Amino acid sequence: MEEYSEKVMEHFKNPKNVGEIKDPSGRGKVGNPVCGDIMELYIKVENGTIVDAKFRTFGCGAAIATSSMLTEMAKGMTIEEAGKLSNQSIVDALGGLPKVKIHCSVLGVEALHKAIDDYNSKLS
Amino acid sequence: MRKVYLDSNATTQVHPEVVKAMIPFYEEIYGNPSSVHGFGREAKKHLEKARGQVAELINAASPDEIIFTSGGTESDNFAIKASAYALKGKGTHIITSSVEHHAVLNTCKYLEKTGFRVTYLGVDEYGRIDPGELKNSISGDTTLITIMSANNETGTIMPISEIGKIASEKGVVFHTDSVQSVGKVPFDVQKNGIHLASLSAHKIYGPKGVGALYIRKGTEILQWQQGGHHEQGKRAGTENVPGIAGFGKACELANSQGLKECAGIKKLRDRLHKGIETNVKQIRLNGHPEERLPNTANISFDYLEGESIILSLDLEGIATSTGSACTSGSLEPSHVLESMGIEPLFAQGSVRFSLSIYNTEEDIDYVIEKLPPIIDRLRKMSPVYPGD
Repeated sequence: MEEYSEKVMEHFKNPKNVGEIKDPSGRGKVGNPVCGDIMELYIKVENGTIVDAKFRTFGCGAAIATSSMLTEMAKGMTIEEAGKLSNQSIVDALGGLPKVKIHCSVLGVEALHKAIDDYNSKLS
Repeated sequence: MRKVYLDSNATTQVHPEVVKAMIPFYEEIYGNPSSVHGFGREAKKHLEKARGQVAELINAASPDEIIFTSGGTESDNFAIKASAYALKGKGTHIITSSVEHHAVLNTCKYLEKTGFRVTYLGVDEYGRIDPGELKNSISGDTTLITIMSANNETGTIMPISEIGKIASEKGVVFHTDSVQSVGKVPFDVQKNGIHLASLSAHKIYGPKGVGALYIRKGTEILQWQQGGHHEQGKRAGTENVPGIAGFGKACELANSQGLKECAGIKKLRDRLHKGIETNVKQIRLNGHPEERLPNTANISFDYLEGESIILSLDLEGIATSTGSACTSGSLEPSHVLESMGIEPLFAQGSVRFSLSIYNTEEDIDYVIEKLPPIIDRLRKMSPVYPGD
């Protein structure tokens, strides 16, 4: 099998931001057990900025590493910036992903967008 | 760090005696077995010796019934296509099972595109076909039954003797992919009414790239590969003499010590299963509890995805495999577990432990020690884990 990058393994071994946020500003859950990935993402927003992000993931090494990296990147971003975060930027930050695992990064971004949508819907 | 290899259904470490048996064929006995001169005759002698060793292990009536190939996948392709085409005048219906290795399943799918009809028999919760259903599926145009002897993922053993009986009653050719069972459980082509059997060397401590197809005398089958007159005109191409010599030696070892050693492997396998059961909650064994290869334990860790488990085990030096979607490249969990009716959520968390003669009690205890904290850590991360 194609090897994972060192960065991926680092985040798989010691993932950042595992868990959930009580009373989150937004929550997004994506994936299903058939495809093998389920991601649950929580964000805490203050003054339009993501001040905290946490995740729980059922999935492969790439899915866990992506979730970890994604939450790290999202923290400190404004909602607008986070809404524009691309899966490619996560893949790049992870030092690349095997081709068959790119969908994990897509799923991560979807989870983030869902959490942002959830936050926005609460605002309106 | 300790290294524990528990992926022997994928491949095995070549036995030192097998390595020793192969070396002369790279250094001194390098002749082409088809050549007339002494170099060739010497190679031919050893080629035929290996044929006899393979024949003996599976109780073939004659060494001539063994045709050497490049391995299990080729043997499956050879058996299914070359007999289906040979029998096309009699009928175009093939019966197989839904849990076959891809070498069989994809060959059948290929034949479907070229005018054959294929019935894929379902399996019970343990992964076994129902011989009654097989019988009912046979029609006037059925020419071939291809059902594996034992499953590579779960180790579940198929009722091949009953299948063989039905096949001979109905006058249908019976092929079995016996790559996983030969050398691990008694396997007798004559007693079980088998016409064609696929064999592989590297699953039984032999080299990779060598296998054989057993073809019972009188079985209608086309020439597989066109070229010279090698392998009784059934499979052209200069034989892989070093590999075949190693395969022969591996068969001889399996015949003389293999089954005895398997009793020890089974003990270790059960020690592993019990150890996991005692130390990890919410697990399930996939496959038949008894009618199973002695070296295989396929265990699902509920609410987890398999690749994350095998990756974590790998970091501890432990090699295993999984039926999860993430390693198949297909985004779907194992077709075998799915056919057994196991929900995708639990099929995703399956880990196959397959042992060999090289494993020790220390290996097993090491796995039992390292596994529980891995499962614990991953479950804490899982959004579907409901808690103990």
